[in-house]
Amino acid sequence: MTGQLPVLQVAVPLLCAPLCVLLRSRFVAWLLFLAASLTSLTCAVWLAERVDRTGALRYAMGDWQAPYGIEFVVNGFNTPVLLLVSLSAVVAAVYSRRSVAAELDDRRVPLLYACLCLALAGLLGLSITGDVFNAFVFLEISSLSTYTMIAMGRRRQALLASFRYLVIGTIGATFLLIGIGLAYAVTGTLNMADLAQRLTGSHDNRALQAAVVFVFVGLAVKMAVFPLHAWLPAAYGEAPSAVSTFVAATGTKVAIYVFCRFAFTVFGASLVFGAMPVDRIGLLLACLGILAGSAAACFQDDLRYVLAWSSVAQVGYIVAGVSLATTAGVSGAYLHMIMHSVTKAALFAIAGVLLLRLGSVRLADLAGLGRRMPWTFAAFVVAGLGLVGVPPTAGFASKWALVTALVERDQWPVLVAMLAGSLLALVYVGRVIEVAWFREPPDGADPLRPPASMVAAIWFLVLLSLYFGIDASLPAHLADAAAAALLGKGGG
Amino acid sequence: MIASHYVYWTFFALMLIGLYVVISHGNLLKKLIGLSLFQVGVFLFYIGLGKQDGGSAPIISDDVETYSHPLPQVLILTAIVVGVATLAVGLALAVRIFEAYGTVEEDEVLERDSTERLAERDRERAAEHDGGGS
Amino acid sequence: MAELTAAWTSPDRAAALPAAVALPLLACGAVLLLRHRSIAREAASVAFGLALAGVVLALWPVADRGLRFELWTWLPGLPLEFALEPLGLLFASVAAVLWPVTTVYAAGYLRAAREPALDRFFAFFALTIASAMWIALSANLVTLLIGYELMTLATWPLVAHHGDAQARRGARTYVVVLLATSIGLLLPAIVWTWALADTTDFRPDGILAGQAGSGVLTLLFALYLFGIGKAALMPVHRWLPAAMVAPAPVSALLHAVAVVKAGVFTVLKVTVYVFGLDTLRETGAAEPMTWVAAFTLIAAAIVAIRSDDLKRRLAYSTVSQLAYIVLAATLAHQVAAAGGALHMVTHAVGKITLFLCAGAIAVTAGKTRVSELDGLGRAMPWTFAAFLTASVSIIGLPPTGGTWSKWLMLLGSAEADQVVPLVVLLAGSLLAVAYLMPIAVRAFLRPPADLPTHGEAPLVMTGPLTLTALGCVALFFGADAVLEPLAGTLELP
Repeated sequence: MTGQLPVLQVAVPLLCAPLCVLLRSRFVAWLLFLAASLTSLTCAVWLAERVDRTGALRYAMGDWQAPYGIEFVVNGFNTPVLLLVSLSAVVAAVYSRRSVAAELDDRRVPLLYACLCLALAGLLGLSITGDVFNAFVFLEISSLSTYTMIAMGRRRQALLASFRYLVIGTIGATFLLIGIGLAYAVTGTLNMADLAQRLTGSHDNRALQAAVVFVFVGLAVKMAVFPLHAWLPAAYGEAPSAVSTFVAATGTKVAIYVFCRFAFTVFGASLVFGAMPVDRIGLLLACLGILAGSAAACFQDDLRYVLAWSSVAQVGYIVAGVSLATTAGVSGAYLHMIMHSVTKAALFAIAGVLLLRLGSVRLADLAGLGRRMPWTFAAFVVAGLGLVGVPPTAGFASKWALVTALVERDQWPVLVAMLAGSLLALVYVGRVIEVAWFREPPDGADPLRPPASMVAAIWFLVLLSLYFGIDASLPAHLADAAAAALLGKGGG
Repeated sequence: MIASHYVYWTFFALMLIGLYVVISHGNLLKKLIGLSLFQVGVFLFYIGLGKQDGGSAPIISDDVETYSHPLPQVLILTAIVVGVATLAVGLALAVRIFEAYGTVEEDEVLERDSTERLAERDRERAAEHDGGGS
Repeated sequence: MAELTAAWTSPDRAAALPAAVALPLLACGAVLLLRHRSIAREAASVAFGLALAGVVLALWPVADRGLRFELWTWLPGLPLEFALEPLGLLFASVAAVLWPVTTVYAAGYLRAAREPALDRFFAFFALTIASAMWIALSANLVTLLIGYELMTLATWPLVAHHGDAQARRGARTYVVVLLATSIGLLLPAIVWTWALADTTDFRPDGILAGQAGSGVLTLLFALYLFGIGKAALMPVHRWLPAAMVAPAPVSALLHAVAVVKAGVFTVLKVTVYVFGLDTLRETGAAEPMTWVAAFTLIAAAIVAIRSDDLKRRLAYSTVSQLAYIVLAATLAHQVAAAGGALHMVTHAVGKITLFLCAGAIAVTAGKTRVSELDGLGRAMPWTFAAFLTASVSIIGLPPTGGTWSKWLMLLGSAEADQVVPLVVLLAGSLLAVAYLMPIAVRAFLRPPADLPTHGEAPLVMTGPLTLTALGCVALFFGADAVLEPLAGTLELP
């Protein structure tokens, strides 16, 4: 039974999706999503523990042995991602019950849960697969369900946001497909480990270099690396709250994982970062992303857009860590991935509560929030300071790891950009806090009480981020194991 | 070299035409058409990879010596399904955008959003002004 | 029982250290539990304060035994750890002893001034003390940084306590300056240190000896000194006058008990235990910062003279006096450093007295400007007698504790052959005479402008401020006892 865990993790949410649509009951659909995400989380924990003890696990789909069949691989590099995705799904499930009921028409609710199940299956599959073409398929499963969910946003602006994401996302995915095709043309295999083996020593191959370019440009769209981030702010800003909570925590992170997987265990660091200047380009774009994203976040007047632009900047931090291509850098990037997704999920969840209770999350409408919803506001302050990276929040631990990695490689300009980004984060978080705490609430505004299930989800995330801030050993252990698995002996 | 690989050049030309259409047109439906063209170009590229000179369709038969490589064709079968799904979602979105805005031109949609936002801001200002004046 | 005592001060798992941090945290919890029950809430605060003072003072006999307590590993290679050493004990003692005193005073002041939200006030007050303990007992830079930021955040609601537009503006400046300097400068400095030395532990001879050239060390030292915004070196001193909007007990807390002391404590700690005085002297890395400190010392004193608002004058006086300690640290001389450490104590006791007096004057007489104080001494003799004593101590004249700290700093700069700092230190004291003495003189000698309609402040306020004024005098006689544990660490002659 435990041998089937890798496939169960993906199959259960995939099977729950059509059931949601067929049964058409809001409650049953929610229950199915909750069950699917809990199952995935259990599998993920089990797998992570197994991998930690005995090393990489491989699962041959349908017993067709690799490299001919599709292979699922669980190793240090993807256990943090699996845990992150499935945990975010559980939190989103707890959170979504009330949030979705308030934001969507009744008849669309089961469809949303079906999409959430599909997105979960897609992201988990993308994280676990050891086959490049399979990765493309899972990427499209998760993307298509995300486009659909974004379009279910409350305002009509959501439709155009979704359409634009669909167009640019599809172009990105198709670029990935071209890259995979070129790599296949060079090697004749689609299995990641097999590819890595056959590619060693062929650095001068033009087709291969073209493949690297296509794959990374395609993934950069999904990662929302500056300047390919244009789809992100509107998509996160307009999606239903439960969706932005889940997607902001997982979507770009999984794409970054796939980037790492391709860079280190398929094409190989010596080709990507040695023969080709991906590291320098990555660092440059990371700096620009950090500065542009943070600066743009300072000028938004809608809370969810502030958070979305901040995500663009945070992706920059992670990309900078990966682009260093050192153990410390990759480990710092993973750590930031974990910390940031916990923090950002909490913030989007809070924005959802505000949307529910205040009817708007424009900054002007948050006036006096500190008095009307003191606990929710306190949660916002803690999570917001996590974005800035103030100790003892989670953001500090990961920022520490990243800054250490940068100092180790003497990347001072990037360090300056990163610190400037932190200071800008202080500005955009501070703007929200100032309005919420210090502006007078409108006349006759009563204290508001958010639904218990949403509060539970928010405080779980906030306390988790605080815990990771003062004792980062668990995520740091996962991140180190990931970096070791990526940079060590392939493992793909 | 170029002549012998003319199929690839054709396919790449197809991709570029598709990409150009996506970028240059503001009409959402034309964008989707461009997207499909782009994807079809990539699909053909894969099929081209698997083609053997003189090879037949990969169906086992006694009369055939060489077959085309079946794997790219199988892959593209999957990719076509994905492409069709994307197109379906895109068209559905275009329909809903038409319902919500009465147009499928991107710039007109944006214009309607911005006039809405401006009107809202004016209303707020007016309300504030009234509140201050009274 | 014997086992318990052994665990309390065992060398590598001394339970007394986390207990010192936990006590104010428990006090914070107790305040929240006893919400809206005013007397019980304050009694709990004071009780925990006394317990904390007991725990900290009981550590004096074991100050140089190097007690340690490791909490847990924060990131691989970076443990969160507490360690006891004389400098930290000095800071911890100041904070722990002054906490109950300030609490008693605050209870009286906040009622008299009809301040709102007392639960929040006492809870965050306790949290601030917890972070001060954390800073004082930190065994490495990372642990210290966490406590340092926690303190900024814990004092934020206190500074903004009034909640009006002015308080918000002040609180914004306060938080932005402190967070921006610590994230923008202090954090990279610490990471850089870690990259150079492979450790962030505090060690008696420093950890940077021979790890980098003098250019790098100079830059790093500047990063530290500007990054430690709480030490209020110009131009990052702006937060201190901005924070003056807070109620008087908070100002006392900021200026005397916790915040600025955390700043100069960190400066001293970094100077002695990270760079090492010998390394600094050999490389001359601290020299440029000597000039910055000297400039701050004089400039702030001049601003203080020109301020009519009493609290603003005291704030700039604090900036100037903090520059003394920083200047002493940058001299990289054992005697001067000991003087700086002692000044941390004497200035704390003196400045808290001044702020408690300022608060008593504000709520009793309703006066906040120096020019309005004429003749008030007759109506409030205790308050102004305490004010005078504390002024003398800040200036550095006998029979008060300030004498010894200033003496040691002067001696240190003379022994280090630093003439300009010597002159600056002397000039600073003269300027202190100019900005502090007129206040008490006006109150006692000038005729009152109008007939006073009030008497002395209530006992809950005069009691604490008399106590701290007596403390100024006691330090004159007890300075040796305060310095004794430091002598070993700093190799004083």
